[in-house]
Amino acid sequence: MNIAMPATNPAALRNDNASAVFHPVTADTVETVEISFKNFQFYYGKYHALKNINLDIYKRRVTAFIGPSGCGKSTLLRTLNRMYDLYPEQRAAGELLFNNRNIIDSGVDLNDLRARIGMVFQKPTPFPMSIYDNIAFGVRLHERLSKGEMDERIEWALQKAALWDEVKDKLGQSGMSLSGGQQQRLCIARGIAVKPHVLLLDEPTSALDPISTLRIEELVHDLKKDFTIVIVTHNMQQAARVSDYTAYMYLGELIEFGVTDSIFVNPKRKETEDYITGRFG
Amino acid sequence: MNLSSKRKLVNKIALTLSLLAMSFGLFWLVWILFTTLQLGVAGLSLDLFTKMTPPPGSTEGGLANAIVGSLILVGLATLIGTPIGILTGVFLAEYGAGSWLAHATRFINDILLSAPSIVIGLFIYAFYVSQVGNFSGISGVAALALIVVPVVVRTTENMLLLVPNSLREAAFALGAKQSEVIIQVTLQASRAGIMTGILLAVARIAGETAPLMFTALSNQFWSLNLNAPMANLPVTIFKFAMSPFPDWQQLAWAGVFLITVGVLALNICARYFFRDEIQR
Repeated sequence: MNIAMPATNPAALRNDNASAVFHPVTADTVETVEISFKNFQFYYGKYHALKNINLDIYKRRVTAFIGPSGCGKSTLLRTLNRMYDLYPEQRAAGELLFNNRNIIDSGVDLNDLRARIGMVFQKPTPFPMSIYDNIAFGVRLHERLSKGEMDERIEWALQKAALWDEVKDKLGQSGMSLSGGQQQRLCIARGIAVKPHVLLLDEPTSALDPISTLRIEELVHDLKKDFTIVIVTHNMQQAARVSDYTAYMYLGELIEFGVTDSIFVNPKRKETEDYITGRFG
Repeated sequence: MNLSSKRKLVNKIALTLSLLAMSFGLFWLVWILFTTLQLGVAGLSLDLFTKMTPPPGSTEGGLANAIVGSLILVGLATLIGTPIGILTGVFLAEYGAGSWLAHATRFINDILLSAPSIVIGLFIYAFYVSQVGNFSGISGVAALALIVVPVVVRTTENMLLLVPNSLREAAFALGAKQSEVIIQVTLQASRAGIMTGILLAVARIAGETAPLMFTALSNQFWSLNLNAPMANLPVTIFKFAMSPFPDWQQLAWAGVFLITVGVLALNICARYFFRDEIQR
């Protein structure tokens, strides 16, 4: 069960490297578990896509899933809000604990679960409606707010997503009129407006230019004060920059999990080292 | 000849052929439009909109009853056929997808879509008109609605399938139920396309003659009674164009002009209201 524990070799972490300033999490940090995978399996039809995953995701931390294409990192992310329920041939087994409940049980209220665990996708997906309504859409599904309260909520969400200053004068315009980077921040605002506990980011910057990417990464830093964040990324530098914990996956298995610095500086498994040093993937 | 000049030659031939095909189609289309305008405009007058269709031998008369009749028939048929078509299209694209019921519906809908309209007219004749014993406006509405439904079903399904799945997933990820996703997101995203489908259906039934000859027939007098024969433009055009009287033929051309301009105006209005979405 080593892989479920952060940084099994604390000595490796205390060598005071510079990036520790940006990643205050160390092996000594006491963490609260928000989500926990236990002997988790996932199947696409008969294909066994995720094998025996054991992993804890900590509250108000950024956890990154990295690994080569097809390793199952997006699949793993999409189990957290049961996105796979839309596709009848996909199914999960084992335990996925959130709020002391196995959320893969059939009795779980999906609408309620998805209000607590929000998601932002690879490509920006603004709805064909105004910027205001894009954000109000999710809120209206779960809460009845007065006009004033809704206005406040929308400003709050847009402020959090660092988009308010750019759109405050054109909330009535179509969400599709924004640039790609703005659209993606709109999607983040839409996700957090519902006030979830957890935010899932599925390669949120892969369709964006470097400047927009930087803004989203800064945003992730700010957001982790309020939300637990899980991010899937193809970009290892991004994982190193934004995450506190990193899980390296390969061929449907969790190879290594730990504090991001130790994974990148001192990987314990040969496979992890090969991947992050660019020997394959 | 070297490879490069050979490729250029092939390119030129292909370009010439497609330009020729385009001008062939456009030539007839422009000619038809021109004739319609030329002959139709001559028949335009206030009488056209105020007077009833004339009896044989009379020189005075208009198309007032036929215009109103057509508006009622086409309007009601669209009102009835559109919701049925949209709901069926939603079932096919969003709920049913791969189920046997959806496959069967899609198959039957395709048959209905390509069925000659005269068959639909005869069907309503056999099952309603001949049972009741008289031609009626309502049977005309039924026949036209049956033509609207498959067109709207097909376009609604196709337009919904064009909506990227990521948009659906994004709405579901916020905790929306399927009905909320469909009504607030996917139908919204495809409304310009669905509107185009409805307009296509309206344009088609506006000129349908065959199904009306077995159902609404025609009426020389002013009548808004849906249980009685109802005047309409296509059957009046058919009757008048075949007649030996020049003033009747003139009225027929005016009717053709009205249908053409009406459909064109409807199209322009729809394009205007949905201009943002069409541009994207």
